[in-house]
Amino acid sequence: MLDKTGIAKRIAQEIKDGYYVNLGIGIPTLVANHIPKGIDVILQSENGLLGMGPFPFEDEVDPDCINAGKQTVTTLPGSSFFDSALSFAMIRGEHVDLTILGAMEVSEDGDIANWKIPGKLIKGMGGAMDLVASAKHIIVAMQHVNKAGESKLLPMCALPLTGVKCVKRIVTELAVIDVTPIGFKLIERAPGVTVEYIIASTKGKLLVEGDIPEMELD
Amino acid sequence: MIKKVVSNAEEAINGIEDNMTLMLGGFGLCGIPENCINELVKKGIKGLTCISNNAGVDDFGLGLLLQKKQIKKMISSYVGENEEFERQLISGELEVDLIPQGTLAERLRAGGAGIPAFFTPAGYGTEVQEGKEVRAFDGKMYLLESWLRADFAIVKAWKGDTLGNLIYKATARNFNPMMAMAGKITIAEVEELVPAGELDPNQIHTPGIFVQRIFQGVNYEKRIEQRTVRAR
Repeated sequence: MLDKTGIAKRIAQEIKDGYYVNLGIGIPTLVANHIPKGIDVILQSENGLLGMGPFPFEDEVDPDCINAGKQTVTTLPGSSFFDSALSFAMIRGEHVDLTILGAMEVSEDGDIANWKIPGKLIKGMGGAMDLVASAKHIIVAMQHVNKAGESKLLPMCALPLTGVKCVKRIVTELAVIDVTPIGFKLIERAPGVTVEYIIASTKGKLLVEGDIPEMELD
Repeated sequence: MIKKVVSNAEEAINGIEDNMTLMLGGFGLCGIPENCINELVKKGIKGLTCISNNAGVDDFGLGLLLQKKQIKKMISSYVGENEEFERQLISGELEVDLIPQGTLAERLRAGGAGIPAFFTPAGYGTEVQEGKEVRAFDGKMYLLESWLRADFAIVKAWKGDTLGNLIYKATARNFNPMMAMAGKITIAEVEELVPAGELDPNQIHTPGIFVQRIFQGVNYEKRIEQRTVRAR
């Protein structure tokens, strides 16, 4: 079973050289710390920064330079700033190669719910709906089950949707799972996790074909 | 003779009345028009519809207007981080219209560019779709979204000149340029106001045609929401 860092490490393996990537808040943010050596990746922050750098040193903090999570960040050689309309033109126009974001639920059709829990306070969707509606490739980073022990991989989402038929791959503490035209498909197991355990933790239809390899993490 | 320069926030917001619709630039607390917000609080203008990506925090930014119950309706994409906002929303004192962030940005741009509506994929198949025209283009589904315009747009820039040309700094640009285009009257507050001719025309982000009033603000706090640093 993986911790959050493990999930981030596994997702980092999905990033190809030259990718422009948008990282959501939470586990996806951690992915930036585990990008393999020799891979050039440019991070897009939807509030208007391409080429997001690490957090600043104490004496470099600039209140005018933040990421979409409102954290202070830095630029890198070759970074650019732009307005919000241009930022979402990059996103909707499919110029961003990969979006990695968290989710509350994913359906076997690739629907995603991650912005609203009825009865609880609504904070808003921010840029999530634009991102999932348009990204060329979407990977969800999330826990396999919720705090009540219920599967978050479902036949249909119960929560209000953020987008439909958009998720391509899910990485959880238990497994790597793809969304295919015939449902979820098990791709890899987390170290020490059995196929039976993953099946039992997945409420949606899960296709298991042949031997399922264990994830390779360093 | 063109006279856009006003002396301060008090003079800049002259004409903003109860029940008007305002656009206010900024993302979180980054790039917000601090001087004009403070002045709106001081003047006690009420019943406002505020179009802004966020709603500030409890004691800063638009949170100050919320505390005094001066806002009737918020049009935003994300309104977390604000307890007073939550309280007013639950009690029904405040109306909220939540819009996907990219759709908000484009509706503002459209308002300033004279485009009454456009199709976007964001929100298709979700509750954002309710009541909207849906159309397929090249096999993908899109929602019809309409422009946003306002009585006043209030933006914050880094540098400006006496003709209203603006340059923003870093990610403090965010929603400010589109809002500057979409206001019937656009007020720009800047950290440094210089005579026309001192800014390089190649570097202007918002051309002065979009700005009706400009002033040099004072005492910028630039509060940071999430101060994240790394060790040397």
